[in-house]
Amino acid sequence: MTSSGIGGSQASASRRLAAWLHPRRRLQLGLLLTSPLLWIGLAYLGSLAILLLNAFWRTDPFSGKIIPEFSLDAFAKLASSEVYRTIVLRTLGMAVAVTLTDVLLGFPIAYYMARVASRRTRRILLIAVLLPLWASYLVKIYAWRVILQGHGLLDSVLAPFGIAGPGLNEILNSWVVLSYLWLPYMIVPIFTGLERIPESLLEASSDLGGKAGPTFRRVVLPLALPAVAAGSIFTFSLTLGDYITPTMVSGTKFIGNVIYDNSSLGSLPLAAAYSFVPIVIMVVYLFIARRLGAFESL
Amino acid sequence: MTESRWVRIALRAMTTLALAFIYLPIIVLAIYAFNDSRSQVWPPGQVTGFSLRWFGEAISNERVVDAFITSIAAATGATLLALVLGTLAALGVARHRFFGREAVSFMLVLPIALPGVLTGIALAATFKTLGVDFGLATIIVGHATFCVVIAYNNVVARLRRLPRSTEEASADLGADTWQTFRRVLLPGIRTALLSGGLLAFALSFDEVIVTNFTAGPGTETIPLWIFSAIQRPREVPVVNVVALALIVLSVVPVYIAERVSGAESAVVR
Repeated sequence: MTSSGIGGSQASASRRLAAWLHPRRRLQLGLLLTSPLLWIGLAYLGSLAILLLNAFWRTDPFSGKIIPEFSLDAFAKLASSEVYRTIVLRTLGMAVAVTLTDVLLGFPIAYYMARVASRRTRRILLIAVLLPLWASYLVKIYAWRVILQGHGLLDSVLAPFGIAGPGLNEILNSWVVLSYLWLPYMIVPIFTGLERIPESLLEASSDLGGKAGPTFRRVVLPLALPAVAAGSIFTFSLTLGDYITPTMVSGTKFIGNVIYDNSSLGSLPLAAAYSFVPIVIMVVYLFIARRLGAFESL
Repeated sequence: MTESRWVRIALRAMTTLALAFIYLPIIVLAIYAFNDSRSQVWPPGQVTGFSLRWFGEAISNERVVDAFITSIAAATGATLLALVLGTLAALGVARHRFFGREAVSFMLVLPIALPGVLTGIALAATFKTLGVDFGLATIIVGHATFCVVIAYNNVVARLRRLPRSTEEASADLGADTWQTFRRVLLPGIRTALLSGGLLAFALSFDEVIVTNFTAGPGTETIPLWIFSAIQRPREVPVVNVVALALIVLSVVPVYIAERVSGAESAVVR
């Protein structure tokens, strides 16, 4: 105990405090949790609650000021507008398309990594898949802009066939770029899920006469489903909330764009009301994903 | 089960295809960074060849350098805040039993589960209402909301695997709570703090969605600079260089994480 005596009286005071605290488990817990919970409660949940509360305030039609009186005007405006409904459906459709694309692209590579590749190859592939996750999100979107823009790589590849490139005003661009951005988020959970399947189960299946096809369908696939669901939480929710990708590569509006465009103080009730859409969709989605066992595979 | 030869060939082809898809944009970007002319026409280099010209321009561009410093400062601040708060919460959840323990994890996960636009707008509106000046401090607050869960996840996972017996032994041998924390717990969670910190730093460093709302007019991070510079054709060659630099820099945390605890530790993201 000699080494801790260097600090003199100050150190001994802190030690006395620590000794006094030692048997008081409840107080310890309180001290541990107070600051993180205050932080997340005040800085995040508090702000979010105030924002969402705005959805129920009235906007004065003449001055454009927000009046804190209960009304469902903002929701009524959203419900009556064809445009806002189209945007919800477009965003949902995109989230589904991106998720399916990433499952189709990600499953084979995850399967190869988990069950076919040698240890060394697996390690290299894992790093190769993880590396782009650390690279800047914006830079990756920008790289696609460079490829897709007029006279870019895609244009010059398509030119010999007499096809013009899509330019930067095509919704399919968003589909490609979003699938690209979230692909590693799908590969990693599926890889982890497939790696966890015990070899003995597969041997048992083949001992009982199961050929490769049926074994895959009836043993591997059901066991991999929770991992796919876990990956889909990322691909789905990240697509649902993105507003930068559609702006940068396809000039179309998604849910995030509507929220962003209405974020100035005057139209906050509308943005807040629209925010309920992704929140409700995500809560429902998380509920379904939990039923599929996704949370154990995260 | 061993896959048949054809299945293996098909899998290998699909894997190659997926990797090509993942790396194609990065390679294209890297080639453009060395393009001497301002032209963005493919193939680059056809006007005046290749050069390192724009690398020099990037380094001497004051706005880029300032933005880089701001990004480093913001990421450092957010990471430190996240490590302290995340570790406190992790110790509470992993070493105590109490009502509402699940709710703590759920609350901490919310900032990354819900769209970033919401975090951004909500924080900006709150700052405005409270009369807080926008700048580095507000950027750090914004980033720390979603960085806390990263630190928390890493530390809580480690604490669950660490045997409690060493902490009990330390207490039995007369160490008080603080000594046990410093000499037994801290060395045990050190690598978790490192990998959680790296991840939080990387996330904060390239965050643009929340930062867009919390930076205010006078402050610029590297992603914010890229976001505004791509709309100015004059700056596009410098954007290419900065983008390539960011991609090369992203190798650093992957390398450290790989060294610290094997490839699996980097999977957490």
